Amino acid sequence: MNLVIELTKYLLILLMGIYTYYSFQVLRYKKKVQQDKAYRIMTAAIFAIHFIGYFTLYLQILNDKILLLYLGEVILFIIILALYQTFYKRISRLLLRNMLMLITIGFIVITRLSYDKAVKQVGIIGFTFLSCLIVPEVVNKISWLKKFGWVYGVIGIALLLYVLFAGTTKYGATNWLEIGEFTFQPSEIVKLLYVFGIAAMFDEGTDFRRVCAISVMAGATVIILVFQKDLGGALIFFVTYVFMLYIATQKSFYLFAGLLSGSGAAYIAYQLFYHVRVRVMAWQNPFGYIDNEGYQITQSLFAIGTGGWIGMGLNRGLPTDIPVVDSDFIFSAISEEFGGLFAICIILIYINIFVVFTNLSLKQENSFYRLIAIGFSVMFTFQVFLSIGGVIKFIPSTGVTLPLISYGGSSALATILMFMIMQGIYLRGSAGRKEQGHKGSSEVKSQEGR
Amino acid sequence: MRTEEIPQGKENKKNKDPNKAIYNVVYIFIGLFVLAMGYFTYFIVFRSNDVINSTYNKRQDVLAKRVLRGEIHSADGQILARTVIQDGKEVREYPFDDMYAHVVGKYVKGRSGLEDSENIRLLTSNINPIEQMYNDLTSQKSPGDNVVTTINAMLQQVAYEAIGDYRGAVVVMEPTTGKILAMVSKPAFDPNLIEEQWEEYIKDEKEESPFLNRATQGLYPPGSTFKILTTLAYMRQNPSFDDYVYDCDGSIKEGSMVINDYNKKGHGEVDLASSLAKSCNTSYSNIGKLLDRDQFFALTEEFLFNKNLPITMASSRSSFTLQKSYSSVKEAMQTAIGQGKTLVTPLHNLMIVSTIANGGAMMKPYVVDHVENADGGIVKTNSPELSTKPMTAQEAEYLGNMMRKVVTDGTGRKLKDLNVKVAGKTGSADQAKGKAHSWFVGYAPYENPEIAVSVVVESVGTGNEFAVPIARKIFEAYFNMENE
Repeated sequence: MNLVIELTKYLLILLMGIYTYYSFQVLRYKKKVQQDKAYRIMTAAIFAIHFIGYFTLYLQILNDKILLLYLGEVILFIIILALYQTFYKRISRLLLRNMLMLITIGFIVITRLSYDKAVKQVGIIGFTFLSCLIVPEVVNKISWLKKFGWVYGVIGIALLLYVLFAGTTKYGATNWLEIGEFTFQPSEIVKLLYVFGIAAMFDEGTDFRRVCAISVMAGATVIILVFQKDLGGALIFFVTYVFMLYIATQKSFYLFAGLLSGSGAAYIAYQLFYHVRVRVMAWQNPFGYIDNEGYQITQSLFAIGTGGWIGMGLNRGLPTDIPVVDSDFIFSAISEEFGGLFAICIILIYINIFVVFTNLSLKQENSFYRLIAIGFSVMFTFQVFLSIGGVIKFIPSTGVTLPLISYGGSSALATILMFMIMQGIYLRGSAGRKEQGHKGSSEVKSQEGR
Repeated sequence: MRTEEIPQGKENKKNKDPNKAIYNVVYIFIGLFVLAMGYFTYFIVFRSNDVINSTYNKRQDVLAKRVLRGEIHSADGQILARTVIQDGKEVREYPFDDMYAHVVGKYVKGRSGLEDSENIRLLTSNINPIEQMYNDLTSQKSPGDNVVTTINAMLQQVAYEAIGDYRGAVVVMEPTTGKILAMVSKPAFDPNLIEEQWEEYIKDEKEESPFLNRATQGLYPPGSTFKILTTLAYMRQNPSFDDYVYDCDGSIKEGSMVINDYNKKGHGEVDLASSLAKSCNTSYSNIGKLLDRDQFFALTEEFLFNKNLPITMASSRSSFTLQKSYSSVKEAMQTAIGQGKTLVTPLHNLMIVSTIANGGAMMKPYVVDHVENADGGIVKTNSPELSTKPMTAQEAEYLGNMMRKVVTDGTGRKLKDLNVKVAGKTGSADQAKGKAHSWFVGYAPYENPEIAVSVVVESVGTGNEFAVPIARKIFEAYFNMENE
């Protein structure tokens, strides 16, 4: 049995490598035949990794509930693939697969850490996928979405303010709402409203007065998050705004000014707030504060270091030693048991998603959708960077989840919704070109195939 | 990809290529991720080996399932600890029984010594990846890395035998590098018999504290060995210290307190050097009266009193508490001769003389020379590291001269006839009850020091009688060996 489990470790890395390879190759393929083949291989890799992961877990835990959960997930994946690819013939199959791949890894790791949490997570993700089926169509067809810029912004701020006064505190940040049995993190949904709002407002113009007004709104949102002690959130919202401002105005002055004032604000926050200093202390010298502030990050480094390139094998490490391992520190758990090579592949898949997202933005002629695409692109990617950079001690830890992998309903829901909005924009992109009948349209379209 | 686009924004008409900004965003973020991946790779390749070898890493059970715990070697290749398979079970074996008990430590009933500090390294295999993969797949354990110490097996044996059944500690170090060449603490325990003798060790009816590493954790009053630092304090506070003279009549009085010389024998007129050579208590008590206590306190802290020693083993902090605000003159006089409230570990005292031997530079003591994989390939080498530089080369030279006189004309005369020139200082640390602790700290050769020695024998009498002969055996063994 040991042989089998050791073998699966190498097999998982191999499959992951193949998937990652094709996820980039397919961006270059022009012919539909080539693309179809690549997507078939990628789908196969997802299901193979999924099977091997649960098989390895089952061999070691021998609990029939795991088989049941596995079957449930397989059915869910098949339904998702079938539904979305039937309803939307021109959907980005690459994005859809990348999502499923990351979700698969998340399911395996969460099941390994806590079966009950995995069941919840599968439920939420299944529900979200099914209810989001209509989203790409809405984004594609309804053109008056951009008319309510201020409304999105104000609703976002109102929601956050409500949480600030009525919310509950978890892991030091007051950003949770309790509704009956559920706890919910509204800032995840506000993320989407925020990008929509900013995009819609910039769509109306980018004169100096407007820039000031929009900046005030964005700044208010960020400051509320700071008061909620949600550092990671505040940082993500801030960076997203600065880059959207840059793209909207095309002026690098705003980018530099934004980043500069951000650095200034970070310095002030460092001086003012103890919880900010603690993060920096734990980052600079985790071993000096190993009993308290540095405990989490050192445990994370132990996990990554012990795992090495190849990993300890699924269920054979000790990732449960890391506090909050199933959400913020899930990357360390993956690195310990699947190995550093596998972890690098995950980073590459995130980069792949980033490339697809920005590509979408490039192809949009309508500045509203163009801004939404770049906004989501930056928001998503920067969050991944904060999460991974934090747990490998490249930057101070800010306590954000790894999208699509981490345990957490609000994050999963908002991320899937974000992807489906992007799918809608993708549909617009390819449809728009068709109507215009540009010469190069077929070429552009085939960038990602159909 | 490059398509002509009509700018949509109403104010955006002057743009040449609206996609340029987006490309910049792409470059920035891909750059960030490349840096993060680079750091991740750097961490796994270069840093992880060091990082995971922490006593806080609880993965030993996980690692022990796939790695056969590595061996611990002496510098000259003797096996100090290894894992053997007996009746299908892994047994940790210590061929030298209790001789290396405190350095190597124990593995069962709570780890200690190198078995603890190098735990994860011993459980990490750095044999080549192909072999490791083969072992993984065939369910064999890969051999863990071996830890090669700086301990010289011959010196360790001499030190172990020299201290015999006395209680105390012997530590030998290379003053220029900080390499520990021998470290013995008595009474010891036999790491092979922990399970069998556990009850006995724990009851500890004779109050032997066998698990205490007296060399690094034992706190003793330094006695006259402390006069070295008192001398330095006086030199710093009195630039004309060369003119110091004191007429010693065998005792000194301060209020109701009387401090006597050994056997109340007067030393007559002494200068600074002969005060040290003869270990004149009255003269040093007099100096203690003259010293600025806060400056004295600051000086001892430069020598790492009240601080953690820079060593990975379990160690105690030496303490020095004399301060102007809440210490009396009486206490200052006692502190100056190494009685008072001052406490020092044998290793720390060794580091202080080594600093003098090494021209004023204090090196970090270390016991692990390098870590190698099962095939002998180097995994990590420890290099000598400077800890602090608490005195100048001139001060070191001056103190060295004085310590040489201790051997030629003073309390260390038993070492005078050796074929190597020794410099050192004896000490007899009086206790409230029972006989004094016997101390010797010193180094040789005096001109070009190769080894430094610190010896403490508990509750026996003067340094001259007990500690000096032990140090002598070590010098003899080391320099005869050198001559071979």
